[in-house]
Amino acid sequence: MKSHVIVFPGSNCDRDVAVAIKNISGHQPQMVWHKESSINQSDLIVVPGGFSYGDYLRCGAMASTSPIMQDVVKKAKEGVPVLGICNGFQILIESGLLDGALMRNSSLSFICRDILIKPKNQSSVFTKKTQVAKMPIAHNEGNFFVTSEQLKKIQDNDQIAFQYCDENGNVSEHSNPNGSLENIAGILNENKNVLGMMPHPERAAELAHGCEDGKTIFESILN
Amino acid sequence: MLAKIYITLKKDVLDPQGSVIANSLKSLGFNNIEDVRQGKFIEVKLNTENKETANKQLNEMCEKLLANLVIEDYKVEID
Amino acid sequence: MTNHNWQFQTERSLVENHGLKLDEFEKIVEGLGREPNLTELGIFSAMWNEHCSYKSSKFWLKKLPTSGDRVVQGPGENAGVIDIDDGDVAVFKMESHNHPSFLEPYQGAATGVGGILRDVFTMGARPVANLNALRFGEPNHPKTKHLLSGVVSGIGGYGNCIGVPTVGGEVNFHPSYNGNILVNAMTVGIAKKDKIFYSAAAGIGNPVVYVGSKTGRDGIHGATMASAEFDEDSEDKKPTVQVGDPFTEKLLLEACLELMKEEAIIAIQDMGAAGLTSSSIEMASKGDVGLEIDLSKVPMRAQNMSAYELMLSESQERMLMVLDPSKEEMARDIFKKWDLEFEVIGKVTDTKRLILMMNDKEEASIPINILVEDAPEYQRDYIVEEPSPIKEYKSEDFDQNNILKDLNTMIMHPDLSSRKWIWEQYDHMVMADTVVRPGSDAAVVRVHGTNKGLAMSTDCSPVYCKHNPYEGGKHAVVETWRNIIASGALPIAITDCMNFGNPEKPEIMGQFVECIRGMGDACSKLNYPVVSGNVSLYNETNGEGIYPTPAIGGVGLIKDLSNVKTLSLKNEGNLLCVVGKSNNHLGNSKYMTIVHNKEDGGTPEIDLDEELKNGHFVLELINKQLVESSHDVGEGGILIAVAEMCIAGNLGITIDEDKEFSHRFYFGEDQSRYLLEIRPENFDQLKQLSESNNVVFEKLGVVDQAIIKINNLNEIKVSELRNNFESGVGNI
Repeated sequence: MKSHVIVFPGSNCDRDVAVAIKNISGHQPQMVWHKESSINQSDLIVVPGGFSYGDYLRCGAMASTSPIMQDVVKKAKEGVPVLGICNGFQILIESGLLDGALMRNSSLSFICRDILIKPKNQSSVFTKKTQVAKMPIAHNEGNFFVTSEQLKKIQDNDQIAFQYCDENGNVSEHSNPNGSLENIAGILNENKNVLGMMPHPERAAELAHGCEDGKTIFESILN
Repeated sequence: MLAKIYITLKKDVLDPQGSVIANSLKSLGFNNIEDVRQGKFIEVKLNTENKETANKQLNEMCEKLLANLVIEDYKVEID
Repeated sequence: MTNHNWQFQTERSLVENHGLKLDEFEKIVEGLGREPNLTELGIFSAMWNEHCSYKSSKFWLKKLPTSGDRVVQGPGENAGVIDIDDGDVAVFKMESHNHPSFLEPYQGAATGVGGILRDVFTMGARPVANLNALRFGEPNHPKTKHLLSGVVSGIGGYGNCIGVPTVGGEVNFHPSYNGNILVNAMTVGIAKKDKIFYSAAAGIGNPVVYVGSKTGRDGIHGATMASAEFDEDSEDKKPTVQVGDPFTEKLLLEACLELMKEEAIIAIQDMGAAGLTSSSIEMASKGDVGLEIDLSKVPMRAQNMSAYELMLSESQERMLMVLDPSKEEMARDIFKKWDLEFEVIGKVTDTKRLILMMNDKEEASIPINILVEDAPEYQRDYIVEEPSPIKEYKSEDFDQNNILKDLNTMIMHPDLSSRKWIWEQYDHMVMADTVVRPGSDAAVVRVHGTNKGLAMSTDCSPVYCKHNPYEGGKHAVVETWRNIIASGALPIAITDCMNFGNPEKPEIMGQFVECIRGMGDACSKLNYPVVSGNVSLYNETNGEGIYPTPAIGGVGLIKDLSNVKTLSLKNEGNLLCVVGKSNNHLGNSKYMTIVHNKEDGGTPEIDLDEELKNGHFVLELINKQLVESSHDVGEGGILIAVAEMCIAGNLGITIDEDKEFSHRFYFGEDQSRYLLEIRPENFDQLKQLSESNNVVFEKLGVVDQAIIKINNLNEIKVSELRNNFESGVGNI
């Protein structure tokens, strides 16, 4: 099991996700600085959350031009699992690995709180072990949008990974924290080896966090 | 009538976004960049044909709400 | 200062515009043996102003207890340091950014957070938590909404981006802040005890290095710019509000911590207020050496900056350090990796002078000791006013049938309502070590990779302080102590942020003196010393001072995180008990100020022996695992505390049928009290323990379904209370 966590200037969940991976898989992931140009053989590449380049211009825009991202894109196309969390999701979209855009939250403010999600695609390497799960979100731009043609495409191809829902798994407007289209909290690429999601599974990964639901995503991909 | 408002940080106010954008452009190979400053662009449609009134109103909008004169400058253009 | 004959070449107005009194100027001339040039005048002005010199407050601050078993570094460095076992230390401080936040709330608050973060990581600590203490004017004042939302997004904007969780704070609203809000930011960091960095420069010839952002004309004080030295468009050149760049600060944080792992840094100081001036002088003074700086080497953002501007700029995200010369190249590489400026701008000398060169011309030469040791210090006149008298209210004064209606009114008032709207805008979970999130008594943050944690809380009641500064000062300290105890931690030390009006007014100085006396008594009794702090004076608008506001930030240690307690009720059938004596004090309570709009009746008095005894009793019970949930009884009194526990746990309470309490009991703000939820089978044991400890311990009621039932006649659904509780602050 070899995993890699990409570190951009301004990443701030790199350590958190590395700790979660270590706790769950027993293996210490390798941290990869954004100026490096390639990643060795990998079973999982994580693009962590944070404020890469301060989120200046557009979240994730400048990180997507980093040298390392060319190799991440290449590896993703070869089928290596890539997980982007929060700012990492934004970076994967800007890199062209995932469809859509992440706009400012409909409330126009940063939101940090626990939410519930459930997988729509239940067979991908990332989502197969998760049911209704509680974990935090912490973002200003998580309002997912795609054009209606793209939406149809990702729906038909079973690319919706997670949707915001209530305790009973109902996907409703009330359970949508940020205005995302179709309550989308995370999406997959066509081949289902790239996942971008706004919620932070690494912050719900041990008892001290008050909830361990986030572990299921790592368990699914790491074991 | 359509008015365009440009809001930028005052000349000597630090523009963190601008400098990070400049660095990123440089790393993409645009080597002749001296400086980048970023700001906001706002379009306002006004229901009047009187340029003078419009100009006065738009300036007022900038001073009351759109710009923060402590750190920002603004420029109004009317088509 | 009116009777002086002006006999100097320097223009009198220039001296006055620099905020220097005429006798202070005379002292400068005497010290230098000549008149200062403009750059030197600017340096003296910056060093001798209230903010840097503490000239009005120093005499009194020295009276505070600052030592203790766990104190590693008390006041005087960038931040205080306490021992938290296993070779770990906690580093923390609180600082004000009041005036800039009133002018430009987003940037003012953001740079306040940035500044206090730098104070903490300068010492070698990784910041692990931010807190704050905020005061705004009346909720319906036309400026309040704008200022509140700007300050909150500024705090979030900076803290979220740099990736340090904002885990706690306090907010209140009072007309005395209508024209002068208070934004006090606190940072807590963790370091290794043998890896703490200080500011004393040493090693003659060693390089003085500038790192971080470039220097621009940020924050150079308006008044000091009025001189003819500046051209006409200088209005454009002097943004007095700095713009924060949390992204650069994040890079600076990582670069500094990376360099600190090596044995390269001899001294380090952040450039905060008065930038290069205070940082260089601080380093030289602490190390009893001189510094020679070539200002033309300072990385500049703007063109044609003068020596004066470079010395007084308050551009953010900059640091000054003295390096081991053999490590210079290695250090340069680290800062280059993080895309930051790194420039050797000078060297340590044995002259004990600050010498500034620019383009081969000497711009200043000042003996360090005149700037620091000889700085003016005042014992200002003060008058201690009689505290407002304590008023006794009778049960019959208020209609008992209104108790739950009044509870509802109070809980939706911005002073008591949920702060969720605020803390949901802060990333309070980044770093994945937040164990108790905002909304409980104290926030608890795990020490990364261990099973121990730090509990932290900020507090102050300005209304209490206004009506009795001595008791108010005591209260601010014990309120944080109690919050930390209620979370299951041992309180260790505090930082203070002293916000007051104009100290040249004897009655304001009297408030300061009395608050300090109260704080000192409380700190001594509770073995809870002051390890760092900040003073903000002249908080006035139109000659009207703010209420005295000594904001306190307390930090405690919890050795085993499984002992952490929160305020949320856990199980039906458990008992809710009150620790401490209820004396029915209603004066200046939230009940009186919110429901009756009456600010009088005196400040509740605190018996510090009682406080200590009750606190230790609660902590002992928690450590013996006899407590299910706990909450301190603070503003609003017992019923507000009960409601908060019910809302958090989504459970209710039936208050014992044989008890019929009045408003005085439910809303009285007597001190030194806690609410504890316990299992019924433990009651007898607890009762016995309380008797042997001589602590008042009474059963209040039984935890029940989510309804609060009192006095055998009234009830209210917890869901209704929650809706009202959560509606408050966001709707301002």
